[in-house]
Amino acid sequence: MAEIQEGGGGGHKGGKKRAKKQSTRIDMTPMVDLAFLLLTFFVLTATFSKPKSMELTFPAPPPIDKKQDEVKNGITFLLSKDDRIFYYEGELKTADDPVKGPKTVLTELNFSRESLRKYLLDKNKEMQDKILVLKTKFEKNQMADTTYKRLVREVKADQKSYTYLIKTDDKATFKNVIDVIDELNYNAVGKYVMVDILKTELDLVTAKVGI
Amino acid sequence: MSKKPSKGGAPALDMTPMVDLAFLLVTFFMLTASFRMAEPVVVDPPSSIGKVDLPDNHVMVTIDDKGRAFFGISNPSAKMSALRLMAAKYKVAFTEEQIVKFSGLPSFGVDLKDLPAYIDTKEDARKNFKGPSGRGQTGVPLDTITPNNQLKDWISIGAGEAVKMYESARRDAADKGTEFKAKKPVYAIKCDASTKYIYVKDVIKTFTDLKLYQFNLITSLEGGGTIIEPER
Repeated sequence: MAEIQEGGGGGHKGGKKRAKKQSTRIDMTPMVDLAFLLLTFFVLTATFSKPKSMELTFPAPPPIDKKQDEVKNGITFLLSKDDRIFYYEGELKTADDPVKGPKTVLTELNFSRESLRKYLLDKNKEMQDKILVLKTKFEKNQMADTTYKRLVREVKADQKSYTYLIKTDDKATFKNVIDVIDELNYNAVGKYVMVDILKTELDLVTAKVGI
Repeated sequence: MSKKPSKGGAPALDMTPMVDLAFLLVTFFMLTASFRMAEPVVVDPPSSIGKVDLPDNHVMVTIDDKGRAFFGISNPSAKMSALRLMAAKYKVAFTEEQIVKFSGLPSFGVDLKDLPAYIDTKEDARKNFKGPSGRGQTGVPLDTITPNNQLKDWISIGAGEAVKMYESARRDAADKGTEFKAKKPVYAIKCDASTKYIYVKDVIKTFTDLKLYQFNLITSLEGGGTIIEPER
């Protein structure tokens, strides 16, 4: 394989006299082999993408002397083992109350497209529509990007929009948490926050999933 | 109907362009490749739609599926000075050689008392490492109740050093009038998808106790199951 090829199809007519005119073409096969071997090695060892990350800000604990602001329009997600997820809306009520309404009942969702995503879409319809209008305007160049960003932020910060609280019990996995946050991001939800679970909520979840 | 190719003989193919291409690619991959030491644990982060790249300058806590915490700083010099301060605080002796070697290590998950022995262990033997205290890679201790929260010290000292290095580099650049592109270090948390959230909570509690509230949670790209980790 590695020998130097003699001139093209012509062959040698004259014998020794022609020896000087030998072609300088080299068989490149081994070199190609080597090149591709190295190529394969580097391709396989290369880390193409830097790891992606998701920025998340946790709430600072409130000053001890100050009572924490009550969350209006809250929707609480409770995560538990075996990828189970529950939610309730508004305030947690441990018993029927004539003023605040009936006792809180947890509703179960799952991480599929038809369940959690659909629920969030329904909840955020109004907001999403507003953002969509802004987006189309922005894409048609009727609006500067800074204005667009500001307006989107205003829509998201609207008092009427929901605040999502994510709470987990001890057995929920990190994946579940990321999935919920992901789903919230996907739906361009304005406000969400990770909070420690309350004893009363934990009891409700435990009643559903068992220990 | 022009010339017919000469019959007989192997069909010769000009391989020059192919070789050119192959070497071009080899060069590209060689130059872009950055060899890293194998991480002490393989962690498979969950996927998400997050598209933010993890900044190069970071302080990272890795939590594996058993809840062990591993600590790492991306900046080698910050790592060295953090180790010096930690050694002084916990009164553990390190040789200069060990400190330099430590700066090249990826994350680690041992008690500080075992760290000198861990650094001296050969790379392929680290998996089955057993320290003088009889414990192996049990993770950096992060007991939030007892005062033995080494992770907290690592984070506060390590992050302090990383920020200090960043500030001084920025000042230097400003003095020289050169452009300064580096970013402030961020706090990254890398978790296995199946890690119980309660372990993550402990780590986050450690951060929030230090008044650090903003994190980058590391995820892989949606749809692409795992990040390809070069296994060596």
